[in-house]
Amino acid sequence: MTKAKRKRLIYNIVTFAVVIGAYIIMQTMIANGSITRALKGQLIPICCWIVMAVSLNLVIGISGELSLGHAGFMSVGAFTGAVVSGYLLHALGMENEGLRLFISVTAGGITAGIAGVIIGVPVLRLRGDYLAIVTLAFGEIIRNIVNVTYIGVNGSDLIFSFLNKNAPEGTRMLVDGASGAVKVGKISTFTAGFILVMITLVVVLNLVNSRSGRAIKAIRDNRIAAESMGVPVTKYKMMAFVTAAVLAGMAGAIYGLNSSTVVPGQFTFNQSINVLVFVVLGGLGNVLGSVISATLLTVLPEVLRAFADYRMLVYAVVLILVMIFTNNPAIRALTDRMLAPVKRLFTGGKEEAA
Amino acid sequence: MTGQKRRSDTIMVPVPSYAIVPERDLGSQPVLEASHLGIEFGGLKAVEDFNMIIGRTEIAGLIGPNGAGKTTVFNLLTKVYEPTTGTVLINGKDTHGMNIVQASRLGIARTFQNIRLFGNMSVEDNVAIGLHNQIRYNMVEGILRLPRYWGAERRLHREALELLSIFDMQKLADVRAGSLPYGAQRRLEIVRALATNPSLLLLDEPAAGMNPHETEELMDNIIKIRDQFQIAIMLIEHDMNLVMGICEGICVLNYGRIIAKGTAEEIQNNPVVVEAYLGKRKEEAR
Ligand SMILES: Nc1ncnc2c1ncn2[C@@H]1O[C@H](COP(=O)(O)OP(=O)(O)OP(=O)(O)O)[C@@H](O)[C@H]1O
Ligand SMILES: [Mg+2]
Repeated sequence: MTKAKRKRLIYNIVTFAVVIGAYIIMQTMIANGSITRALKGQLIPICCWIVMAVSLNLVIGISGELSLGHAGFMSVGAFTGAVVSGYLLHALGMENEGLRLFISVTAGGITAGIAGVIIGVPVLRLRGDYLAIVTLAFGEIIRNIVNVTYIGVNGSDLIFSFLNKNAPEGTRMLVDGASGAVKVGKISTFTAGFILVMITLVVVLNLVNSRSGRAIKAIRDNRIAAESMGVPVTKYKMMAFVTAAVLAGMAGAIYGLNSSTVVPGQFTFNQSINVLVFVVLGGLGNVLGSVISATLLTVLPEVLRAFADYRMLVYAVVLILVMIFTNNPAIRALTDRMLAPVKRLFTGGKEEAA
Repeated sequence: MTGQKRRSDTIMVPVPSYAIVPERDLGSQPVLEASHLGIEFGGLKAVEDFNMIIGRTEIAGLIGPNGAGKTTVFNLLTKVYEPTTGTVLINGKDTHGMNIVQASRLGIARTFQNIRLFGNMSVEDNVAIGLHNQIRYNMVEGILRLPRYWGAERRLHREALELLSIFDMQKLADVRAGSLPYGAQRRLEIVRALATNPSLLLLDEPAAGMNPHETEELMDNIIKIRDQFQIAIMLIEHDMNLVMGICEGICVLNYGRIIAKGTAEEIQNNPVVVEAYLGKRKEEAR
């Protein structure tokens, strides 16, 4: 095995070990009751934000495209999940929660993936930062669409109306316009969230270290050179973008099915920026970094409840500081020196070549 | 298609569409046929009426003063730009309306004057991108690590190292491409282009930034690559030792137009070329 491959393998093992270890610790704490209520309530959201951060990292860090509407895909997934789960329960009488969750999450991934294709096909063939503008708009558009969408079940019929609520007497509303999805039924579980995190890690880490992932990175590093090698740019940009959208949709479904109501206002531009902050703080292209920063930044506001009002301010300041730090060669050299012993630990004492 | 394929009588100015195909290749189909190629950038005719034929295993040179349009010719041949006039045939196929990727699949590969490596990727991964269309498995096979993934990756690793060994670079396989020294970056670009299995390799100033010793080695290697891979090579260079030393046919550009074609000897003794380019270089050197 070459040194680069060994390093990659170690990185992947550490990443999985951290996630699995955290899961086991949490399950143990739940079992012996030593977990606080607040933290327990955060477990499923943490899983969702990890998936959001890692998938956005695929777009921003690995494929090098700026997406500002990742919460939009989460929203698509959340409402799809709520509708599918409600339909399965109320129209088809499916009581099995695990199966219902599985089908809802899959459906959420599919619809978000379709949304990703719809956005990606026209935008990703353009050069320049159009994706940022379009995804930003997408997040807002989805919110406004859900605001005027009414979906309900009546008997075994799915009732759908747009702009005006138009449902016969006795319809059970699944999505009720601006009030969002009501009485969703909490069927998400921590284990389901953990499984989705694991799936995300396998998909992203294995993709990155495969033929397709190399093509995605090559396009990021130098588009013209990649094309000259016969690598079709649009195809691989789509691959990264749609994969991320599917994962975000699945995270959205689990997130939505974790609360009794989901409103479109939950998935705003601010949420997209939050996820962007996770990615930047964790390091572009660094999957483990995304996992850690998504976890910490989801837990911290709960811990520092008193300062919650200043959270966005702190985010902004931290984001700027991180950008200064990661882009300043002198500071980077310093942190590299400080981290050298840690790195040696992982590379088996051998120094970096060149 | 250009007219007769015969060697030019070099002193004519400007030289019309003559081939610089060595006699031995006249029978087989040329790798490249460019005729009446031209492009304008907002009124500036960067290249005009460019005609050239390159045979199967020929080494051709493209020289001329700075800004003559040499790199622009490469960009036209590889479809970075769509020509305003004229046609390009690669292995007999018209590239009209094609994009860079489609042209690459016809068998043309290149290096860049301003190096364009995948700087954050390893040396081996850079070559692996060159091999992208030869060793295939799909996204799902990659994510699920199915047997095809392992087989393909093993082959990829072996072939990448084999290609790197042309320049004795196997030991650098794990190094980040962006951190290689300049000369090694240029060599890696050649390896990466070769990995695409081209029939025509375009080298844009391959010796730029190399010391005389490295340049000497590069010359040997270019010949070696041609002989081993049986491909045609066209190179842009300002190093006249290299050009005159290894190019079987040379084409001189000035202000976007071909002012001469011929063998090294013919070009060196061509008064028009001496006036426009070679003479000036000697003066500068003094
Ligand atoms: N994309 C472009 N847009 C506008 N002008 C261009 C473009 N590309 C090239 N040119 C112009 O075309 C002319 C030829 O440029 P080119 O790069 O082909 O020269 P060159 O012969 O490769 O020179 P050098 O030896 O310096 O590399 C120059 O005047 C250049 O400014
Ligand atoms: Mg040039």
